[in-house]
Amino acid sequence: MSAVPAVEVLAAEKTYPNGTQALLPVKLSANQGEFITLLGPSGCGKSTLLKMVAGLLEPSDGRLLLWRKPVQELATSGHRLSFVFQEATLMPWAQVMANVRLPLDLAGVPRPEAEARVRKVLKLVGLQKFENALPRELSGGMQMRVSIARGLVTEPKLLLMDEPFGALDEITRNRLDSDLLNLWTQQQLTVMFVTHSIFEAVYLSQRVVVMAARPGRIVEEFSIDEPYPRSADFRVSTRFSEYAKRLQDSLLRASGELQDEELQ
Amino acid sequence: MLWPAAVALVLLALWQGLVVGLEIPPFLVPSPVRVAQVMVADAGLLFGSLYVTMKITLLAFITATVLGVLIAFAFVQSRVVETALFPYAVLLQVTPIVAIAPLIIIWVKNPTASLVVCATLVALFPIIANTTLGLRSVNAGLLSYFKLNRASRWQTLTRLRIPSALPYFFGGLRISSGLALIGAVVAEFVAGTGGTGTGLAYQILQAGYQLNIPRMFAALVLITLTGVLLFALMAVLSKWALGGWHESETPHD
Repeated sequence: MSAVPAVEVLAAEKTYPNGTQALLPVKLSANQGEFITLLGPSGCGKSTLLKMVAGLLEPSDGRLLLWRKPVQELATSGHRLSFVFQEATLMPWAQVMANVRLPLDLAGVPRPEAEARVRKVLKLVGLQKFENALPRELSGGMQMRVSIARGLVTEPKLLLMDEPFGALDEITRNRLDSDLLNLWTQQQLTVMFVTHSIFEAVYLSQRVVVMAARPGRIVEEFSIDEPYPRSADFRVSTRFSEYAKRLQDSLLRASGELQDEELQ
Repeated sequence: MLWPAAVALVLLALWQGLVVGLEIPPFLVPSPVRVAQVMVADAGLLFGSLYVTMKITLLAFITATVLGVLIAFAFVQSRVVETALFPYAVLLQVTPIVAIAPLIIIWVKNPTASLVVCATLVALFPIIANTTLGLRSVNAGLLSYFKLNRASRWQTLTRLRIPSALPYFFGGLRISSGLALIGAVVAEFVAGTGGTGTGLAYQILQAGYQLNIPRMFAALVLITLTGVLLFALMAVLSKWALGGWHESETPHD
């Protein structure tokens, strides 16, 4: 792990012109090679925070740094980041090859080299036989894997994922979770993952950042000290449940006024 | 193809049956047989006129498409331009061509050109409206993705906006093809002898004066068939361009 943190959020906040406070000032950092998860209910600002890290949203105040440089200057740092959305957001008129090749095409990478890289990354996600398929011919899980492949083809160092498996069924989601962990170790990525699933957060992360809504803010951070690789058995172990309980309690405490009613 | 043809046969048989059965004179409602006879007898005249009307329709359709797409691109570049000029585009839609055709025919000296101008005006709005809508109806996630990858405006236009806009564009083409025909016919009506004097609408007018109702019907049938053909052509084009990926063209159970 290098000494320069991959991501630093320095008192970044987001308030919209109409007065909505999407995110109170937040302090967070992610080291190179870490897998951290932002966990919280709807409206806690986790997606807002992730988009600010990606440079898709401007903070109303505060700064965000990627490898010690401002987000806008990412290109000069020599590193790349990729963002994976909740929807696969593929181009419906293009085949899988063209979809995964898109970021390389936009960057002007010559076609033969681009196609070779696409094939390599399709193999990583297990879709090497589907390079000529159209998105509508693929299942939801497969479309998501194409989206992840597209995220990986640029060989990023930082992977930002905004509830990527939220629209999928649980079985597919579990499988993709373990595939993601394999990719993370293989490619030595730094991953910032957003989810509202406590179980997903425990299974995947080294560190979970619990957030709360109204107003959006960070509440607590937890370390999950389970070694990798994490098997499916981990999901049903007592250690898992203990972590899950701690996260759940933190979330309930944070939502304050709901707690007394829930415990009636 | 089979079902519409079957319905056509049924309707034709009904038409023939009613005309013969109620003994309706040909100068009121000619039977299908009579209309067919006239079409054969006056083929030279009618098909010559069809050619003239088709020429005007196609010229107008192509002009409307090119102009409409350019205007749509201009609208998408700047919201200000769009807000400022869109009401005038709407004006095109709502002004009855019958009312302004006489003016255009006076202003534009060349008879064919004046008819093309009228037909273009009628066919223009759907192309502008649909193409603009299509260029703006881009998936927000994809737009974010392009922004994230620092794509240039040109790249976003060619790789994202245009493919996204195609289904809407073809929808506009389908509507405009028929409107170009209507515009050509209406303009010819208004122009009367002041126009080219040789299109199908002119034949309808002349046939009316001469009470040659069968020929009037024949000309009408030709116009209708042309409209249907244009629409079918646009549908085929649309399927070829969008076949495979858009919901509108893919088979559903």
